Amino acid sequence: MEQIQLTGPHGPKPKKTTVSRLGVYAFLFSAAVFFCIPLYVMLITSLKGMPEIRLGELFSLPGDPSFAAWVKAWGEACSGVECNGIQTGFWNSVKITIPSVAISIILGSINGYALSFWRFKGSNLLFGLLLFGAFVPFQVVIFPLIIFLREVGLYGSLTGIILIHTIFGMPIMTLLFRNYFSSLPDELFKAARVDGANFWQIFFQIMMPLSIPVTVVAVILQTTGIWNDYLLGLIFAGRENLPMTVQLNNIVATTFGVREYNVNMAATILTALVPLAIYLLSGKYFVRGIAAGAVKG
Amino acid sequence: MEETMVTSAKVSKPRRTKRVQISSLLASAPMAIVAIGVFVVCVGYSVVLSFTKSRLFPNFNWVGLDQYERLWGTSRWIVSVENLFLYGVLFIALCLVSGFFMAVFLDQKVRFESGFRTLFLYPYAMSLVVTGLVWQWMMEPSLGLQNVVQRMGWESFEFAPLVDPQYAIYGVLIAAVWQSSGLVMALMLAGLRGIDGEIWKAARVDGIPTWKTYFFIVLPMMRPVMITSVVLLAVGVVRVYDLIVAQTGGGPGMSTEMPAKFVIDHITARGNVGLGMAAATMMLLPVLLVIGPWIYREYVRPTKH
Repeated sequence: MEQIQLTGPHGPKPKKTTVSRLGVYAFLFSAAVFFCIPLYVMLITSLKGMPEIRLGELFSLPGDPSFAAWVKAWGEACSGVECNGIQTGFWNSVKITIPSVAISIILGSINGYALSFWRFKGSNLLFGLLLFGAFVPFQVVIFPLIIFLREVGLYGSLTGIILIHTIFGMPIMTLLFRNYFSSLPDELFKAARVDGANFWQIFFQIMMPLSIPVTVVAVILQTTGIWNDYLLGLIFAGRENLPMTVQLNNIVATTFGVREYNVNMAATILTALVPLAIYLLSGKYFVRGIAAGAVKG
Repeated sequence: MEETMVTSAKVSKPRRTKRVQISSLLASAPMAIVAIGVFVVCVGYSVVLSFTKSRLFPNFNWVGLDQYERLWGTSRWIVSVENLFLYGVLFIALCLVSGFFMAVFLDQKVRFESGFRTLFLYPYAMSLVVTGLVWQWMMEPSLGLQNVVQRMGWESFEFAPLVDPQYAIYGVLIAAVWQSSGLVMALMLAGLRGIDGEIWKAARVDGIPTWKTYFFIVLPMMRPVMITSVVLLAVGVVRVYDLIVAQTGGGPGMSTEMPAKFVIDHITARGNVGLGMAAATMMLLPVLLVIGPWIYREYVRPTKH
């Protein structure tokens, strides 16, 4: 380390290949390999047949690649006594994710807008409580919420799990939109007020068109977050609506005779596909979403 | 609730018409309901239940601190807490160190920077269930990594942590660091890019070696980024549940049990709500003590804007 002469980020691009440059690339390539291995193993395992897997060549490419395991994982794999594959979980996750994302973003943007421009005494305290909710372990609120949803007849229903995702998404969504709206110039709001625009007019006609970039971040953050959720879906969705992650774990944990690693890995890839696609397509917006929770407005 | 909000609204913005005030209060109602109903009432209810003899359903047979006494006499809880500390400290430290190095090396005007970045961060987009299952497969004793290396000739090579109670927690740790260190990389890289170029010029003029500049000048300047990273990672640590369930199920034995799983198991399958809520309250305490004052100082007290 001492010998390596690193070039600062604002310096000129070095023309010649030096030992230190090689060191930099060696580090980055080995890190890249470490990060790639699980994805690679997951992919090739899913394309192999069970006899080939039993040879124990974890890293070797499939001799006769086939999507048979994918087909089985999608439509026939068993979780418990049911053998309908992971497709039911996929559609359940779609049914849970879309409304949850939409509702939590609508509420979060309204909250953020109200907290930025329509402060009332106690709004800071309210926001503080909500923020506390972003850090509180789910375990502390889950049981009372089970009781509450049971009382109102929503426990184990699609509406119930959507409500739960809306509740747990609210702190971060509110924070995201509050920070964004607080960064807008105050004059914008004041001018609209002088022109006589009311709460909703300012929100719909001025703030919403301006908040498209932050909404993209919010959609990415919430879609990946809710799609990847396991605990809340397991507890609140009910047996009819179990999300894909829960079903995936059930499929892998189901052991009738031989464990079919290729089917398990195919099901795992299928579950990871949606967030991965979002990640690859969204680029910088994904990174912004990560930082969003922590950036103070 | 409604009443106090109406009166207080008058105080802060006196020039507003009545109609507008009502719509702004109506708009804030869902927020108020969630903030108070869930994050105050529900949390309070959980804490109250921890002082009762509730089993499968809540009841209010007051037993004082009995559940806490029982909790700290339960070996599974003690093991869970020890695991959480070991896992949490190592997880945060490893993520910070590897994330920092990845960011620094990426900051050297390298080729394919965005390609590397994409590769380092993609695990963070995947769910912990997926992470747990992939690593469980790779750590499979007879078909996984261990087998491959042994076949290459290194017969004594051992890498099957998940079947060994002593090392299982490290198996989980590897998977978790793989999943989350890209997060720190992304935050740190953004932090590095935000550092004033003049600092680099000044350091170069003074002849300070680049690595020294990074460690003694740049790193201290990145304190806010580090705090952010630690907070985000710590929240993940306390909540760790999915990864354990998918990768080890808490085993072998109790070797990878965690407090979050203790609580869930006790309010569901084990039907011992009182004990589960005592455990949940213990999880809440550190969060309350660390996050509470910070939120109050940063967000509640100042009335800026």
